[in-house]
Parts: sequence; C-alpha cells; structure tokens
Amino acid sequence: MNKLLLIIQREYFSRVKKKSFLLMTILGPLLMAGLMIVPVWLAMRDKTDHQILVLDHSGLFIDKLPNTKQIKFTYGAESIQSAKAKLKDGPFDLIMEIKGDALNDNKTTPVLYYKKQPGISTEQYISNTMENILFDYRLQGDSIDLTKIDKARRPVEILTLKVTEDGKDEKTNTEINMAIGFGCAIAIYFMIFLYGSQVMRGVIEEKTNRIVEVIVSSVKPFQLMLGKIIGVALVGLTQFILWIVLTLIISTTVNSMLFKDQIADTAKHNSQMEKVMKNDLTAGIDKMDKVDSPNEVIELFNNVNNINISKVLICFAFYFLFGYLLYAALFAAIGSAVDSEADTQQFILPVTIPLIASFIIAQSVITDPDSSMAQFFSIFPLTSPIVMMVRLPFDVPVWELALSMFMLVVGFLFFTWMAGKIYRTGILMYGKKTTWKELGKWLFYKG
Amino acid sequence: MMPILEVKNIYKNYANHVALKDVSLVVEPQKIFGLLGPNGAGKTSLIRIINQITGPDRGEVFFNGEHLSPKHVDFIGYLPEERGLYKKMSVGEQVMYLAQLKGLKKADAKVKLQQWFKKFEIESWWDKKVEELSKGMQQKVQFIVTVLHEPKLLILDEPFSGFDPINAQLIKNEILELRDKGATIIFSTHNMGSVEELCDNIALINKAEKLLDGSVKDIRKQYKSNTYHITFKGNLMGFTNALWAGAELLDKKSDDDVHSVTVKLLRQNKPNDLLQAVLSTAEILSFQEVVPSMNDIFISVVENKTTLNTQSAFTE
Repeated sequence: MNKLLLIIQREYFSRVKKKSFLLMTILGPLLMAGLMIVPVWLAMRDKTDHQILVLDHSGLFIDKLPNTKQIKFTYGAESIQSAKAKLKDGPFDLIMEIKGDALNDNKTTPVLYYKKQPGISTEQYISNTMENILFDYRLQGDSIDLTKIDKARRPVEILTLKVTEDGKDEKTNTEINMAIGFGCAIAIYFMIFLYGSQVMRGVIEEKTNRIVEVIVSSVKPFQLMLGKIIGVALVGLTQFILWIVLTLIISTTVNSMLFKDQIADTAKHNSQMEKVMKNDLTAGIDKMDKVDSPNEVIELFNNVNNINISKVLICFAFYFLFGYLLYAALFAAIGSAVDSEADTQQFILPVTIPLIASFIIAQSVITDPDSSMAQFFSIFPLTSPIVMMVRLPFDVPVWELALSMFMLVVGFLFFTWMAGKIYRTGILMYGKKTTWKELGKWLFYKG
Repeated sequence: MMPILEVKNIYKNYANHVALKDVSLVVEPQKIFGLLGPNGAGKTSLIRIINQITGPDRGEVFFNGEHLSPKHVDFIGYLPEERGLYKKMSVGEQVMYLAQLKGLKKADAKVKLQQWFKKFEIESWWDKKVEELSKGMQQKVQFIVTVLHEPKLLILDEPFSGFDPINAQLIKNEILELRDKGATIIFSTHNMGSVEELCDNIALINKAEKLLDGSVKDIRKQYKSNTYHITFKGNLMGFTNALWAGAELLDKKSDDDVHSVTVKLLRQNKPNDLLQAVLSTAEILSFQEVVPSMNDIFISVVENKTTLNTQSAFTE
C-alpha cells in the first residue's frame, strides 16, 4: 500500500512539474475564455458605421429605410456620376442606386457602389428592409389590410411542465437539460481521451526506457499500473479544477475590463430598479415586471435549479471517475503491448469505437430518451458514462441509474483485471509485434 | 549451511515454447553463483521467477528455507539486463524513488545514497537529468540503486555491459566486497572470462534445461582431457616419433628450433610417462597441463560435444 502511494506520488509530481502541464493549464483557460469573449468582442467591433446615399429613381423607398445605430440613410436626387464623386471625399461611404422600374420587375436589383466593401450583415439588412417595404407595397396594391396579416401571424411557444410526484407542476426546459447533459458528456469524453492516452504514453515510456523491469522487481505490475492510473487521474483533477478557476478569473476580469460600459449601464439600470421598488413598495412586484429587467436570465437560472443540480453533479463525478478508470486501464494495457506509440493504432481503434459510438447513440437518445436502445447503452459499461449523462436530465428511473452505476463498477473491475493480465506480460515483451491473438493468450498466463 | 536460494523442479511454459523444464538449483550463501547459458536458454525466465515478476507453472522456490513470498522482495536486489531509468527525472529524485520502492525509509535512503555517490565520486550528478548522463554513467547509478538496500541476494544480469574496463573493474571490486560482507550474488553473463574470475559455482542452462552445475574448480577438473602443452628445443620429427602410441599430437607451432606442441595422452598414461618418452629427443623448456576454460566447457556442453577442442583452450 505504501509502495502504491509512492508510485502515485511520482506519477503525479513528475507530470505536474512538467512545463507542458503548466502551459496547458494556462493555455486551456485562455482558450476557453477566448471562446467566451471573442464572439462578444467581435460582435461589438464588427459594426462599422455606414453613411449611405440612396438615389431612388422609383421613389418608393425615399424616407422609408429605417436608420440603425450603424447605418444611416440619406436620400438624394443627383446623377450617379456626381454622387460617385462624393464617395471620394465623404461623407458617404456607400451609394445605392435603385432603378425607376424597380416596382414592376419581378426582381429588384439595386446597385451598391462602395469604396470599401461593406460586411454581409449590412447588405442583408438593406435587402431585408427593402423586401419588407416591397412586400407591404404590393399587398397594399392588392388592397389587403396589413394589420390583418399581422394579427394572423402569431408565434407559438411551447411551455413544458413536469407533473411531479406530489402533483405539482414544475417548469422544465428541454434545451437547457440537453445542453447540460451534453456538456457533461463532452467533458467526460474529452477527459477520458486526454488522460487515458497520458496513461498509455506513460506505460510506453517505462517500457522503452527499460526501467519497468527494475520497478516490477520491487512492486507488483498491477500496483504499478494502478499507481499510474490513479496518479494521472489526480493530475487530470488538478488540471480540471485549475482550468475552471482560471477560466472564471480570466473571463470575469476581461469582461469587466472590455465591457466596462455595459456593466456600468446595468448597474445604473439596477439602481433605477431599486428606486422604483423603494418608491412604490406597495405595488412593487407589479412594477418590477413592467420595468424592462433581464427576465430571461432569471428564468434561465430558475430552470437550472429545477434540474436538481446536485444529482447531476454526483452522477457527473461518478461517471467521470469510473469511466476514466475503466478506459485508462484499457489504455494502459495497450501501452504495455506495444514498443512505441506508432504501433498503438491497431489497438486504440477498438477502444475508441465505443466512445465515439456513444455520441452517435446520444443523438437518438435525445429524441427518444426512454427507447430500449437508450436503456441498453446507458447501462452497458463502455458507453454508459456518456450515454447516461445525456439521458440523465430526462428523468431516468432510479433502478436504471443504480443498475448502470453498478454495471460500470463491475465493468471497471473486470476490465482492470483483464488489463492487469495483459499489462503484466506485455511490459516485459520487447521487439515483437503483438497481435490480438497473443493478447488473448496473455490473459491466461499464470501469474 | 542452509542455502540462501533453492529452486526445485521449476517448469515454465509460454504459449509457443518451453522456457524452463525441471530446473533445480541450490545457491550457497556468500558465494558468487554464475548462471550461464546461450541467448534464449531460459536464464531470464528463471531470474524473473526468483524476483517474483512471474510465477512458475510448477515447482517451488525457497528463500532462506522459506517459501518465496512477496515479503522477500526487499531482500533481493535485481539488476536486469534490459535496464534503464526515467529520462526526464533528475538522478537524485530517481534514486530516492527506487530506493523507497525497495522499502528503505526516506532518511535512510538519502544517507546511504550520499555515501555511495561519494564513494563513486559522482556527487555532482545528483541534480542532473538522467538524459544528460552517458550510458556508462547511467549504469553506475543503476548499480548503486540495486545494491543500496543491502540485499541478501543480488541478481546481476550482464552487469558489465556498457562499462569501460576501468569502471568494470570498479564494479567487479564492489561485487567481491559485497560478497565478503555477506551478500550472495547470482551472476548471469556471456562473458566467460569474468565467470572464471568471479564465480564460485555455476549452473549452465540450455534450451530450458539445466545441463551442468557445480563449483567452477570441479567442473574445469571434470572437463580436463589429459592434454598437455610442451615447449621444447630440438628436432620436431624426433619428438613426434618419440611420442609412441600412448599420446597424440594435436597441434604444433615452430619458431626456428623452438617448438610448441599440444599433446593428448591416450589411455591411462600419466604425464611422467610422456616426459620420459620425449626426454631423450628434446630439451624441455616448459610442460603444462591444459585446463579447459569455461568458454570451452560452455561451447562444448551447449553444442553437446564429448571431446573438447583443445586448440582454443591452448590459445585462450
């Protein structure tokens, strides 16, 4: 037991002290924070202001194109030649010429002259608004009441309510459920691959360094394998926690720096809200709804609360841990059977197939979470860590969850035992290309 | 005296071949025991069984009279033929790790390691990464790790490979010193010169079976073929004629009128009979019995020859 601890210690510290660990730990959150911040930042930055001079020979669009923050329309009647001259020294950067017969043609083709190419969004905005104006114009031409059409077109939004055991209605949100389930599944998948292959590389390293025989003369091969798997698991855990902490720190600091104005706005807004509430405490609750508050965010959090967050967290931790342990044992066995990483391909594929298949299965699990296929694969140990996590938000019966967990533990014990047998023989075999048949034989060698 | 290690009727089979077949050995304490055999004979399989890396299919191993069990691991030091170190780890961390795996306490390990590093004058290596050391340097570190926990039984598989002659001598002296301090050493090698120099007893394994064992002295005596090496001045023809039917000339070499010959006595003739026969025709400069080297015995036994090639014995 003491020796196992020594091995875990070495495996852990030798990895944590590596420069690449530090690099990954820092780069990971930067990447994640980047993924969270860059789109917002881009969306803010991309909006260049446009001054558009509209030469409308049809007359239909004059003063009808709505201005936005970024796009300002000015209407002129001069010739296109003289307008083009204005393009050179401002104030316009775009000129749009609309032909006089625009109303009669089946297809209206305004021409947009530019000095600097406008973005697609700008073009789309113009064509959409023009389409709407034309649409209304033509309907009016057929003397159809526009307000009737507006009334006729109503959006439908489904409100899903779960009836709980005690007969109460509970609001759930399928999309958030799916997102959480999938998010957990992806995290598990990613960690299994990342750290499973680290275990494999560690085993190959020991084998090619020829240190393994020295070590197994002091400890049992199984101890060495287990020590490595646990050591790497702790490395993964450390990295995961550091990632979460660093991502939060980075994204909050960057957000607060980049979007200072927005936050100040929100703060102002909040203080206004408070004022409203204080001034009118009696009707406070009614008032609050009238104030344009970020209702959607509140709703989102309410829904998350409804999912029973502790259950998801416990299951995530469980499936993450045992899923990793099971696959890490298989990866260790692969590492022991080969002489170099280049030879691992033939063995890795069959191990990764159930993992990849899990995701394909997960797609159909979402459409039908209680199908027999979903049931089977969320109990089968090689696929359950991913499939069950996807299925979990759709209220899996307790007995199924228990069976799935039990089977995963059994699967973990079985595959670790099997991997141990292969590992024990494999680490001492050099210079021979191992076949599947041989691996099978190794299972039955006497210790 | 109770043997430190006793191997009884060991069998070990792998999928497609037999690694060990009914092998028995007795290793006396405080002796250097040579485990010899060609490549693939089963030596490593036997060593791995003694180290409890693998188990035998049949048969028993006793350590100090007790059934071999995991608790004995800490009393055995093993230097495998295929050996190495973690490349990215510092020497100091590495030796500390390996020493603790052998059951040494952290503080003890540190003190002992520092003593050894001082003895080998390699203190400056402590903070170096292993990949910065040459192969010979790494071997030195490995040797220290093997003997650090003062094992009762040391198993050294080709310990001199990768060493220059000076360091090989250093290691040789260490091995002898360890034996004198009470350790027993099992020594596996192809280098027959070092077997003659170091080993008290040997066992020879070929094709999974033990062919020969005993003390080096006895074995060499046993394989003597009544052959003598004579240097003399005089007429070679006359000498050959004088050899009568009781002896056979195996080899001759001449330098002017000084001749070196190898002669094998036939039947029950004694060396004195030979001397008497040739004394009248030659002036004897030297007369020496040819004792077969371990190398010859090895080749002869492995190739299953009954007679020894004395030619190579002579030039050895």
